[in-house]
Amino acid sequence: MAATLQVRVWRGGAEGAFRGYEVPRRESQTVLDVVTYIQRRLDPALAYRFACRVGMCGSCAMTVNGKARWTCRTHVSKVAADGVLEIAPLANLPVIRDLVTDMREFFDKWARAKGEFVPTATRRDPPAAVRPATAARRAADAAIECIGCGVCYASCDVVAWNRDYLGPAALNRAWTLVNDVRDGALAARLAAVAGDAGCHACHTQMGCAERCPKQLVPTASIAGLKRAVGRAVLRGEI
Amino acid sequence: MIGWRARNHPAYWAFLVHRLSGIALALFLPAHFLVLGQALRGEAALDGALRWTEVPLVKAAEVALVLLLAAHLAGGLRILALELLAWRGWQKSLAALAAGAAVAVGVTFALGVF
Repeated sequence: MAATLQVRVWRGGAEGAFRGYEVPRRESQTVLDVVTYIQRRLDPALAYRFACRVGMCGSCAMTVNGKARWTCRTHVSKVAADGVLEIAPLANLPVIRDLVTDMREFFDKWARAKGEFVPTATRRDPPAAVRPATAARRAADAAIECIGCGVCYASCDVVAWNRDYLGPAALNRAWTLVNDVRDGALAARLAAVAGDAGCHACHTQMGCAERCPKQLVPTASIAGLKRAVGRAVLRGEI
Repeated sequence: MIGWRARNHPAYWAFLVHRLSGIALALFLPAHFLVLGQALRGEAALDGALRWTEVPLVKAAEVALVLLLAAHLAGGLRILALELLAWRGWQKSLAALAAGAAVAVGVTFALGVF
């Protein structure tokens, strides 16, 4: 293990440049530890975003040596065997400053994919009985653990090619609701996710599935949406 | 824009092979129709054009063409399997299977040609 790390960090907005720092190497050091060290000891003006530090909040995602990752759950030993780190903001999102991106379009697309639950019952009705072993519930469970970190969105070529594309996370969210038997907006949601900016734009490159820190497979969710939309069209529901 | 370090994984390579083989096959189509079109001018004209296929370089190009066709077909079947069948988590095995099938077809053709 080298005594120091050579770290290049993106400084500036969309127009900017990498700046080099030397950071002491520590045992069990995460990339977030490195960024925090730089801000606290070397360059207080460095802007970055984090909250929980334990892989629950999804706010510290950055591009580490070319790949989108949660910095809090990425050990330096895993990504910088040669002691060199390159840390940049997430791709495919506007850079506010340094390592901080503007996540508005990412979350606006969840709303456009009708990612909110639409209840069919009221609080006076008894709780819905949903059997965990049913195919629909299993499909929803397989995709439900997304925490909205944006790693998949930053790893998708189609997002860069088509700025209207809803992206893997929003479509994955829509798929969980399509499989929620309590939800009452199926046809509207399928209409929202169909078409050139929706599930049919996916090229099955699977960058999302490759990089998802939760090991989710948004490509599978998007393929499910394509089948669901096809069936709905054949039945004349949308 | 994401960089090549992020794109370096099997599914992306499968996408690239599918896209590039598709473009190459589309570029070949005019030549294909040009040769077939010679038949409209009679048997001799077509045979004259087909004599080109005896040249070793053209034979090698034919092998490359068959490899491209096999790769594009296998890649397309892989996509259909991924999109239409229930997801089983064997997407990387599918990519490997498609690549293997394409190479097998290409090698078989090459052995027949040379």
